[in-house]
Amino acid sequence: MTVLRPTLRALRRLGGLRTRLVVAFVLIALVSGVTATALAYRESRNAVLERKQDAVQTEFRNRVEQAVADFDVPADEVSLSGFARRIAEGLGDDTLVVARYRTLTAASDRSADRTRITPDLLQRVQNHNGMSLQRVEWRGSPYLAVGTPVTLDATDPGTPEAPSGLEVFAVTSLQAELDATTGVADAVRDGILPVVLLAAVLGLLAAGTVLRPVRELGRATRRHAAGDYTSRVRVRGRDELADLARDFNKAASALEASIDELRAQDERAKRFVADVSHELRTPLAAMTMVATVLDEDASSLPPDTAHAARTVSAETARLARLVDDLMEMSRFDSGAARLNLAGTDLAEAVRATLALRNWTDRVETVLPPGITARIDRRRVDVIVANLVGNALRHGAPPVTVTLSAGPAGDTVTVEVTDRGPGLPPEALDHVFDRFYKADAARTRSEGSGLGTAIALENARLHGGTVEAANRPGGGAVFTLRLPRRPAPEETP
Amino acid sequence: MPHVLLIEDDVSVRDGMELVLRRHGYDVSTAATGEAALALLADPAGPAAELAVLDLMLPGMDGFEVCRRLRAGGSTLPVIMLTARGDDSDIVHGLEAGADDYVVKPVTAAVLEARIRAALRRAEPSRSAQGEDHAGLGIDRAGLTVVKRGTAIALPPTELRLLLELSASPGRVFSREQLLESVWDHDFLGDSRLVDAAVGRLRAKIEDLPARPRYIQTVRGFGYRFGPV
Repeated sequence: MTVLRPTLRALRRLGGLRTRLVVAFVLIALVSGVTATALAYRESRNAVLERKQDAVQTEFRNRVEQAVADFDVPADEVSLSGFARRIAEGLGDDTLVVARYRTLTAASDRSADRTRITPDLLQRVQNHNGMSLQRVEWRGSPYLAVGTPVTLDATDPGTPEAPSGLEVFAVTSLQAELDATTGVADAVRDGILPVVLLAAVLGLLAAGTVLRPVRELGRATRRHAAGDYTSRVRVRGRDELADLARDFNKAASALEASIDELRAQDERAKRFVADVSHELRTPLAAMTMVATVLDEDASSLPPDTAHAARTVSAETARLARLVDDLMEMSRFDSGAARLNLAGTDLAEAVRATLALRNWTDRVETVLPPGITARIDRRRVDVIVANLVGNALRHGAPPVTVTLSAGPAGDTVTVEVTDRGPGLPPEALDHVFDRFYKADAARTRSEGSGLGTAIALENARLHGGTVEAANRPGGGAVFTLRLPRRPAPEETP
Repeated sequence: MPHVLLIEDDVSVRDGMELVLRRHGYDVSTAATGEAALALLADPAGPAAELAVLDLMLPGMDGFEVCRRLRAGGSTLPVIMLTARGDDSDIVHGLEAGADDYVVKPVTAAVLEARIRAALRRAEPSRSAQGEDHAGLGIDRAGLTVVKRGTAIALPPTELRLLLELSASPGRVFSREQLLESVWDHDFLGDSRLVDAAVGRLRAKIEDLPARPRYIQTVRGFGYRFGPV
């Protein structure tokens, strides 16, 4: 996959905006170039040919008129041949002149092929009293064939000219003219490559001017996505892209302002919790001290007063725990919580957690020896105590703590299971929320409602996780997973 | 009757602690500010306090400064810091200023008393009686004196206990948890930063180059060891 990715990327680039713009420029240059060339070629060819035709016709007519003056009918083959030669003399070397009189035919060049004068032209000359012309292809070269019947001047003025029976044809090559126009086409064809290259370069330049702002926008958007809301794009010119850049900057500023406001609000809320908790500590410190006195003397007080004293004492302790948890939570929120890592035998740590809270008899354990990890012992104690305490309070016995090393050897896992009813499905997603109480009726549970949230934060601080699930056989299972070596923050 | 000095600016907290401690058999004197406490301790006619419970957030001179001045004056009075914040930075700061222990407010009477008892016990004379010399560092376990090249070094009880504990088995590695149990009488949850801070202060007093200690060496990942010198 990783090998293929650059290829895919290159392919995607091929279909990109830059490629499309260049291709469009080249296509436009080609189409306009070819069309203009074709039109120009056709027009110049027609113009050249027509001029040639006109010139040939005029010259031919003049030569025929001059020759006719010295020509007498009826003619014989010799005089006919001389007549044809005389006409041809003034028309150029490459021109073949053919004269016909009744059944006689003579040409200016005996050896020349006469098939260039087509039957069609012969027919037209016979039927048409005037000059006829035809372009013919002979042996791959173009020729112009003209033909005309010769009329004799009337002896008497006023009588119509009489056909003499003499017909004269001339065949002349058009190769030079065609070569001239082909030169135009060739020049254009040779010029099309530079034009296309120029178009490609212009396309690239145009793509650059369009793409640079687009790319800048893309970069800025990516930076936003990565959480840097301060990034802006430069606004250049007054085009649509500049408008887009301006709009982007406006949106970014609005977003940044909102996020700053949200952060400030969040900061204020967290600070408020921290301040309130902190302010509660001093009176609570006094109350906690004095509550001991009430507790100690309760047995010697009247029953009602004793009850009141014990209640005050118990509630003070609960309040003190809640404030402790709130302070801990605000330490996580402010990022002040630090790990104090040390290599620790986890079986021993879990056993100590249970022993300290007198839970050893109430909890079954599977604690294989020799599983060690670098952990903050106090924080892991908080996690395990919270999970086991939760299971003891809300689950049903037997509660089991199972320690194991992860399959890859880089993690350790502590599983706390119970045989109770398990967690309601809707509670699974919220068990780790602050102050979440799975059972709405149990709003005054022993815990502060922050225990699981604090457990999760402690696990996260280690780079680990805590997950809650229901077991197929009934009961809940909380799984703590910790890396054996969290990100180094060494103790000496 | 152990005599405890409470340095606390909040009247209710001070009164509450005084009430509880008196009921449990302590002599208690109180001071509302750091300045008053220092004056009280410096007064030869004043109460002979055996331990101070020192609030960190005091008006005027704060608890850190009070502790620093006490130690700078050569006092070996055990000091328990009482911190309302409980943030890591405060605790470390306090321990580096020379406190032997710290408790976070609010604290129950039972916990505070246990910490006071443990700190006082550290100040009691040790039973073993031997003079030792460890490459220029003389330790008299009977007289509880430490002499470095003929000069006596005044060590607060916690640091002295730590040095006695480590030097009793030269070359043996002690984990922070073991030291917490044997020196501070803490359960395992005690903070190993107490050990690190006390080792740091002890090194500053007995080592030639605290950055390259000879006597108290760190065994990376395990704990500390005395020598071999």
